[in-house]
Amino acid sequence: MSDAPLLEAEAVTCRFGRVTACRDIDVAVHAGEILGIVGESGAGKSTLLRCLAGVVRPASGTVTYTDAGGREHPLHALEDSALRRLARTDWGFVHQHPHDGLRPHLSAGANVAEPLLRCGETRYGRIRTAARHWLEQVELDPVRMDDRVRTFSGGMQQRVQLARNLVTEPRLLFLDEPTGGLDVSVQARLLDLIRQLVARLQVAVVLVTHDLAAVRLLAHRLVVMQQGGIVEQGLTDQVLDDPQHAYSQLLVASELRC
Amino acid sequence: MSAASPGAGPLPGYNFAYLDEQTRRMIRRALLKAVAIPGHQVPFAAREMPLPYGWGTGGLQITAALLGRDDVLKVIDQGADDATNATSIRRFFARTAGVATTERTDAASIIQTRHRIPETPLRPDQVLVYQVPDPEPLRGVETREAEARRMHAAADYGLARVALYEQIAHYGRVRQAYNHPVIVNRRYLASPSPIPRFDNPKLDHSPALQLFGAGRERRVYAIPPHTPVHSLDFDDVPFTVDADDTACSLCGATDTYLDEIVLDDHGTRRYLCSDTDFCRRNRDGGPDHE
Ligand SMILES: Nc1ncnc2c1ncn2[C@@H]1O[C@H](COP(=O)(O)OP(=O)(O)O)[C@@H](O)[C@H]1O
Ligand SMILES: [Mg+2]
Repeated sequence: MSDAPLLEAEAVTCRFGRVTACRDIDVAVHAGEILGIVGESGAGKSTLLRCLAGVVRPASGTVTYTDAGGREHPLHALEDSALRRLARTDWGFVHQHPHDGLRPHLSAGANVAEPLLRCGETRYGRIRTAARHWLEQVELDPVRMDDRVRTFSGGMQQRVQLARNLVTEPRLLFLDEPTGGLDVSVQARLLDLIRQLVARLQVAVVLVTHDLAAVRLLAHRLVVMQQGGIVEQGLTDQVLDDPQHAYSQLLVASELRC
Repeated sequence: MSAASPGAGPLPGYNFAYLDEQTRRMIRRALLKAVAIPGHQVPFAAREMPLPYGWGTGGLQITAALLGRDDVLKVIDQGADDATNATSIRRFFARTAGVATTERTDAASIIQTRHRIPETPLRPDQVLVYQVPDPEPLRGVETREAEARRMHAAADYGLARVALYEQIAHYGRVRQAYNHPVIVNRRYLASPSPIPRFDNPKLDHSPALQLFGAGRERRVYAIPPHTPVHSLDFDDVPFTVDADDTACSLCGATDTYLDEIVLDDHGTRRYLCSDTDFCRRNRDGGPDHE
């Protein structure tokens, strides 16, 4: 890991009308690192994630991305086209609901092909090979690559979404409750797959979840959010084994109870 | 046939070619902008025309804005001069502008068309006006208008190739028979109006000015003469037109676009040139005949 963070948020505040969804957030993600963001529903996790990915513009504060060449990009000061280019080439974003991140009427292969095409690939053979490769990487049978995504189960759709977000080999992957709507057994398998893939690909990850088991398995570092603010952050084991803030203690205690 | 006699004057009480001078100038300004940015859709304040949308009101307005007293107008629908739509448009301009009309491609200065490019090669002194039902080539893949506009602005046309990817993946080739999108002047993705893919190569480096009008969507766009027009494809799966040596059963041509006519319910078929003017003159041993 290099010293300069890949992504750094400083004093970020996001508002929706009178609601302050996140308040005065400082957070950094380093290359190859998995950062978990936990907190109860409505804590502002998704808003922070969307703000880190440049999708939501903060009311104040900055988010800076440092590219592979060491160049800094102040996300919310970029032109729309420059931001989109970065998002295409350097990031992936996996949504909680597959229909937000996929084109359900297209085949699995086409869904994986699209980001490559949008990065300028113009050879069908290359696209086909890459789509097959990445569907295999997420442990989907390539026999189904020409089937429409809407005929797939929820867990399989999330795998297609993962493949679609990995095909451009991003440096940074945003995951918003990627196992949210799935059965428990399916969740466990998907989490395990994510763990293997990100380790192998050395991609940095920001993982939003309210599932402490998921961050225990995946995250190096942890941010605990409550009512739009960060109440505690640190190494995952540290935070979960010895929570300092009363709210973190409550979260950990409630996990143990169930 | 109902081609008005060239001498008949415009109807009293109407402006020349129906539109008032102000409107004609507004449309011509939009067309100049369209010519300056080949393939880019330019909005214009479309007028109500005495034809329903879908009957070529976009093309109609372009033609009305361009027509001068010396123009000779040809109007075709699917290649035929005598289709209802073509006949009524031709009659409309004969009445409102009193211009000469023709069925001969080589005698026309302005050709308004729906769904075809004439077989007879066009010349630099000719203008081809297309009636376009939907000017947005990204509609099939991106339904959000703002997003489509953003893609045009950034020349981000990967999504348009996704549609081609799907066809090749499913059928081994691109099966889209009509409306295969094109890149104009290496920049803008454009809808060729729904011409058959057979006609796509004729868009490329055409010596004639090509103008496209969509009335309902209030857009015009243009392909200036001698502009490169590339049908969207993959480097390793290039755009092709199916070779087909079926001959026209009237004139015997094997290199024209043919309409298939089903003669009975036993599936007996005939193939005829869709370009009726070309076919007739080919039979007569006309100038196009070699
Ligand atoms: N697009 C939006 N418009 C208005 N309010 C929003 C919007 N998105 C989130 N919020 C509000 O911001 C707060 C944080 O929401 P969110 O970031 O979705 O939390 P979490 O992901 O932790 O459940 C909530 O009060 C929510 O209602
Ligand atoms: Mg959320």
